[in-house]
Amino acid sequence: MRNRYVILALALVFAAALVLGGCGGGDKKPAAPAAPEKMKVAFVYIGPVGDAGWTYAHEQGRKYLMEKMPDIQSTIIESVPEGADSERVITQLAEQGHKVIFTTSFGYMDPTINVAKKYPNVVFMHCSGFKTAANVGTYFGRIEEARYLTGIAAGKATKSNVIGYVAAFPIPEVVRGINGFTLGVRSVNPNAKVKVIWTNTWYDPAKEKQAAVSLLDAGADVIAQHQDTPGPQQAAEEKGKFSVGYNTDMSKMAPKAVLTSAVWNWGPYYVKVIDSVKKGTWKSEQYWGHMSDGIADIAPLGPMVQEDTKKLIADAKAKIVKGDLKIFAGPLKDQSGAVKVPAGQVMSDKDQLGWTWFVEGVDGTIPK
Amino acid sequence: MRIRFEKRLAPSPLMTVAVPVVSVILALLFCAAFLALTGRHPFELYFAMLEGALGSAYGLSETTVKAIPLMLCGLGISLAFRMQLWNIGAEGQFYLGAFAATWVPLTFPDLPVFIMLPMMLLLGMAAGALWALGPAYLKVKWRVNEIITTLMLNYVGILLVNYFVYGPWRDPKGFNFPLTAEFPPAALLPTFGGSRIHVGLLLALALVVLFIVIFRNSRWGYEIKVIGSSERAARYAGMDIKRNMLLVMALSGAVCGLAGMTEVSGIAGRLQPGLSPGYGYTAIIVAWLARLNPVAIVLVAGMFGVLQVGGYIVQTFGVPASMVAMIQGAVLFFVIGGEMFANYRVVFPNSKGAEKADE
Repeated sequence: MRNRYVILALALVFAAALVLGGCGGGDKKPAAPAAPEKMKVAFVYIGPVGDAGWTYAHEQGRKYLMEKMPDIQSTIIESVPEGADSERVITQLAEQGHKVIFTTSFGYMDPTINVAKKYPNVVFMHCSGFKTAANVGTYFGRIEEARYLTGIAAGKATKSNVIGYVAAFPIPEVVRGINGFTLGVRSVNPNAKVKVIWTNTWYDPAKEKQAAVSLLDAGADVIAQHQDTPGPQQAAEEKGKFSVGYNTDMSKMAPKAVLTSAVWNWGPYYVKVIDSVKKGTWKSEQYWGHMSDGIADIAPLGPMVQEDTKKLIADAKAKIVKGDLKIFAGPLKDQSGAVKVPAGQVMSDKDQLGWTWFVEGVDGTIPK
Repeated sequence: MRIRFEKRLAPSPLMTVAVPVVSVILALLFCAAFLALTGRHPFELYFAMLEGALGSAYGLSETTVKAIPLMLCGLGISLAFRMQLWNIGAEGQFYLGAFAATWVPLTFPDLPVFIMLPMMLLLGMAAGALWALGPAYLKVKWRVNEIITTLMLNYVGILLVNYFVYGPWRDPKGFNFPLTAEFPPAALLPTFGGSRIHVGLLLALALVVLFIVIFRNSRWGYEIKVIGSSERAARYAGMDIKRNMLLVMALSGAVCGLAGMTEVSGIAGRLQPGLSPGYGYTAIIVAWLARLNPVAIVLVAGMFGVLQVGGYIVQTFGVPASMVAMIQGAVLFFVIGGEMFANYRVVFPNSKGAEKADE
């Protein structure tokens, strides 16, 4: 029955023609270089922009930048793995004429440095790393200060005195967050413990949620987290418990559970960087912003937060912003109770950047 | 009227070539509809994808870089698959290879290059082989299903690497980040020109030649084929099935381990988590689509390289990553679905009731 094939083939050709015709109607090219004099800026993301967490927060920053500076053009590339792929993606962005490239994950550090060597006229900004070059700067913020405040909310909300913490990787950034949070919790509730589970992933909504469920089963009634998505918040919502979000205001995802969130506010910093590049005043630096710069903050408190807690948080925030409250000031004790930072001293930035021990009150281990 | 599928005695040679080509075209047309619906110009994007991956020396070299680990893992897997040994453990063997290779420069950073690289190569292959030998032994001894054991060992392998990278092997100068120290220059595989294409490509091509010789001309290659198609027949013929199972799995693992070694030494220059974005799993599809043919594995791995490298390029046109993943998924879906037409023929019952086969 050869004619059946003929009919099939004709049908396919017809379908193809429809598709071709439908889209060949001279529609405009997407993101084509319409105005070549516009400065091109690129963002490389580790996750999808819709992760409702880390990458989403950076994307909000980019949108803020575009709003404030409509005369630039920006490109995003999402879900770029940290291995061999990232170096190529960054190279291609530089090759395409982007003048500033933001690489927003720690694992992009070596690739960023490698590419920067080949493109000395491009400015590279790497988030959360420690390597710089003449045309590579790093930027990050002390989200721990915001986490300290969320810790106050959690410490006041817990009844079981067990707070669960879903944590990504045992690296200093995460350890710092857990310690800052725990110090906040213990400042209002010295009996509470923070139970940590490592997921060994940044972005795995199902696994993050599962980790939160197991913490809830283990008696936790508030869930905090250091991940890229609101999976843990959803677990708390489903079990009727409380939670503290991270990256962005997660109350939309779990309105009954979220007390508050420690949030990033990258936008103003992105504007500052682009502005200095435009003016030609940009210089490589290692920026590690405080809450007083606005780069880290807490989201509005949920309706379930008590009035006295609100006041405690507001007071602590005012002190942190003014510089009167240093969250990592001594005496800081480790899990065994040994004093690591004596009273009267503040932990140095260098020690904070390489932090590998938990403060008293954390229930968990850091793999050695 | 019922359409029936009838298995072909042998895959049709015409269909073997035509099916993948037509499948890719159909997949692209399929996605074109979606892209057009979102107001994009699909063929312009496809062109950009191809141009990004193949249109410049840099794109071409990066496509090759992406394809090398897929080639090596695909070749390794194909060896076991020929004997109907389902080695799903390429990912773990890859990591073990990278892990063992890393041990050399971390322990003896001052070795000269002509000792360093061969040692890394041998240890990487040995570690991959050992990782595959466990499941092979369990299979031979107690007929434990190797699909499960090799798959499970992937997780063990990845976690083992993580343990070392987060723990004893952490770079003391790395602020406790999960990275080993950077390798000394002697531990880096040579690359070609200014590109990132490393010697791993030559190793892969050498393996292709070796595999062709083994399966065309050697008695051992014949044995593997016989055992693969009928264990009973092989036993009647007096072939040592158990020995061959162990040997083939070990070699399969060794080649995957080699992939890990070349990636860590040729690309990354240090061991870190996430060295492989799932090469070991993708390579299963590569080997399968290539029908375990060594030359075809190289070509299919190249096609995957194009899909991956081109995929990131089209993102610069404002296409979200999920849509790129959809295009990549559709291509695979159509190609694998189309496979059926190479192995089966469609039989239309004709109007008079008698059935007539149609090509």
